[in-house]
Amino acid sequence: MNNILVAFISSAIPLGVPLLYGSTGEIVTEKSGHLNLGIPGIMYVGAISGVIGAFLYEMSCGNVKENMVPALAILIPLLCAIIGSVLMGLIYSFLTVTLRANQNVTGLALTTFGIGVGNFFGGSLAKLVESDLPNVILTKTSDFFCTKLPFYDKLGWFGQIFLSHDFLTYASVVIALIVSFVLNRTRTGLNLRAVGESPATADAAGINVTRYKYVSTCIGSAIAGLGGLQYVMAYANGVWSNNAFGDRGWMAIALVIFALWKPTMAILGSFLFGALCNVYNYVHHFFHLGHDANRELFNLLPYVVTLLVLIITSMRKKREHQPPQSLGLSYFREER
Amino acid sequence: MADTVKKNREPLMHIVKRDDITGWKAWAIRIGAILLGLLLTGVISGLLTGASFGEVYSIMFKGVFGKFSMIFQGKTTMLWRFLQQTAILLCLALAVTPAFKMRFWNCGAEGQALMGGLAAMICMIEIGDKVPNGVLILIILASSLLAGAIWGLIPAIFHALYKTNETLFTLMMNYVATQLVAYYVVLTTAGAGSNIIKPVEHGNLPILLGEKYLLNVLVVTFLMVAVFIYLKYSKHGYEIAVVGESQNTARYVGINVKKVIIRTMMISGAICGIAGMLMVAGTDHSINTNTMGGQGFTAIMISWMGQFNPFIMAAMSGLVTFLKTGAAKVADTFFLNSSYADIVSGIVILFLVGCEFFIKFSVKFRHGKKGGKV
Repeated sequence: MNNILVAFISSAIPLGVPLLYGSTGEIVTEKSGHLNLGIPGIMYVGAISGVIGAFLYEMSCGNVKENMVPALAILIPLLCAIIGSVLMGLIYSFLTVTLRANQNVTGLALTTFGIGVGNFFGGSLAKLVESDLPNVILTKTSDFFCTKLPFYDKLGWFGQIFLSHDFLTYASVVIALIVSFVLNRTRTGLNLRAVGESPATADAAGINVTRYKYVSTCIGSAIAGLGGLQYVMAYANGVWSNNAFGDRGWMAIALVIFALWKPTMAILGSFLFGALCNVYNYVHHFFHLGHDANRELFNLLPYVVTLLVLIITSMRKKREHQPPQSLGLSYFREER
Repeated sequence: MADTVKKNREPLMHIVKRDDITGWKAWAIRIGAILLGLLLTGVISGLLTGASFGEVYSIMFKGVFGKFSMIFQGKTTMLWRFLQQTAILLCLALAVTPAFKMRFWNCGAEGQALMGGLAAMICMIEIGDKVPNGVLILIILASSLLAGAIWGLIPAIFHALYKTNETLFTLMMNYVATQLVAYYVVLTTAGAGSNIIKPVEHGNLPILLGEKYLLNVLVVTFLMVAVFIYLKYSKHGYEIAVVGESQNTARYVGINVKKVIIRTMMISGAICGIAGMLMVAGTDHSINTNTMGGQGFTAIMISWMGQFNPFIMAAMSGLVTFLKTGAAKVADTFFLNSSYADIVSGIVILFLVGCEFFIKFSVKFRHGKKGGKV
């Protein structure tokens, strides 16, 4: 196979992974009827919590890689990322479920807050180590995260594309499959979907609506937070720089619509979007573009495709392709 | 037996929807929430910096308005900068308000404003030296209005015809606009050695009374009154309110819902276009992808917190601008990261969002044992 094509595909996959985590998390949340626009902020918090955990662990080991226990080097950032993002999920669900606040406004405020928290601690840590660049560099932890399958480089292009990634990449696919199974094949999933479609009916059937909403929002946040962690530890090789995560969180939310609220479709969509984002980096290898500025236009690709998908799915109006019916609405038992 | 008796007990507290709450009570709750938020941010600031509560807020105040003596000496630059930032934020909030009142979640103010700004920039660069300044400004005004309106129109058409999700549509339009600006910047600066468009001299909005920001503030003040009247006293405003309350009712009384959605979003986009024009032709005389600085997103929260009332929105814009500039000053003084400002404003906004619960509902506690067994 063409070398550039192999490089293109294998570098597109890590670009898609944060999107897959984000959209799987958002699907879990949206199934309970909550449109969590705080996901971009939650992913930042997940990432920075992981960075803080890894930073403290590296410090406590005296910055020597030999002192670090591989299992701890992975588990500490992982747990920190999950705790950080679940806390954000709790703030969101307390405001929207218990206090019945407007979901859009709460989500946007949480995103502002989360990005602020991420950049604040990121910038402060960078200042703490007195590095010249505004970065926090955790290559040692990143090495543990990026441990690859031992035989991938012996399998040519197949190994390069499918086997050369970190474990969080494979975990993202596994998590999406598990979520798909739980949503469609278990009673818990059925109850959760009932809560999202019609909380009043679910309530009457004896389902604890509040608990389902809380738990699904928090699990969704935890999954999304892992996306932030994967970005820093694997894609960026353990280098945190402020705002580097960019607008991936918003794209993950848009992917939910692309995926029609199905985690299995989200797997496909995320890697397709990873490829679309990657076109900008590779397009000059394939085509002659003339003016330099023309390359900028390829940055538009993921957004334009999202828009087209949005339009097409809304035009087709299939019943199974619709969002959960009570998406975005607060539920108050006494209001009928 | 004992267990079943326990289970039948009334829960510790339950919530009841309030029928109606008097205006001053609602505002007491909101102001209380703001104060609580400020208290919490003050405590956090104190923990981070070691400064006392009063110190933090006096730094914030001086960072925003300058010292009092400076105002009396006629050195009002900082005050004007505060007014300018408040005005632009308010302008964007005013723009999204008609759409919100219609329950159309226009999250695209950032993009609509950028397109307005981009249109102004293109006019200034491409035809700036070919037409007299007065004519040029009129052309800029028209093209900014048009560009913003088109950016609002596209999601509105699809929403009206196919019910396409407008929140995500407008969000994506933001990024398309940002990329178009990036494209134009690269295009015009190609070969110039830097990626910044140098301030253009043609088509600058006039400076009134020697104050650079006065015109911007006046335009937005005018818009504030205009939007208030439009929403409250015009037929359009009435139609918007009905569509927002219930589309079925609107259809029943003979309102053309699709027409109202499309028209309102064009107005919303056009006002955003004005904000973009004020930033590009009136202030920066240049453009980059960060010209609006994310204010389009803050504006959404402002509009909602201001209860869709332009005058309250003005106060909220002032509050948020105060928090952001003030917190940036605190961060600067104590060598904290500048993102500290986002945390501070985020906390206060979350408090404000949460307090609406206590306005809509009231919490009733169980009264003693006798009340519990009715």
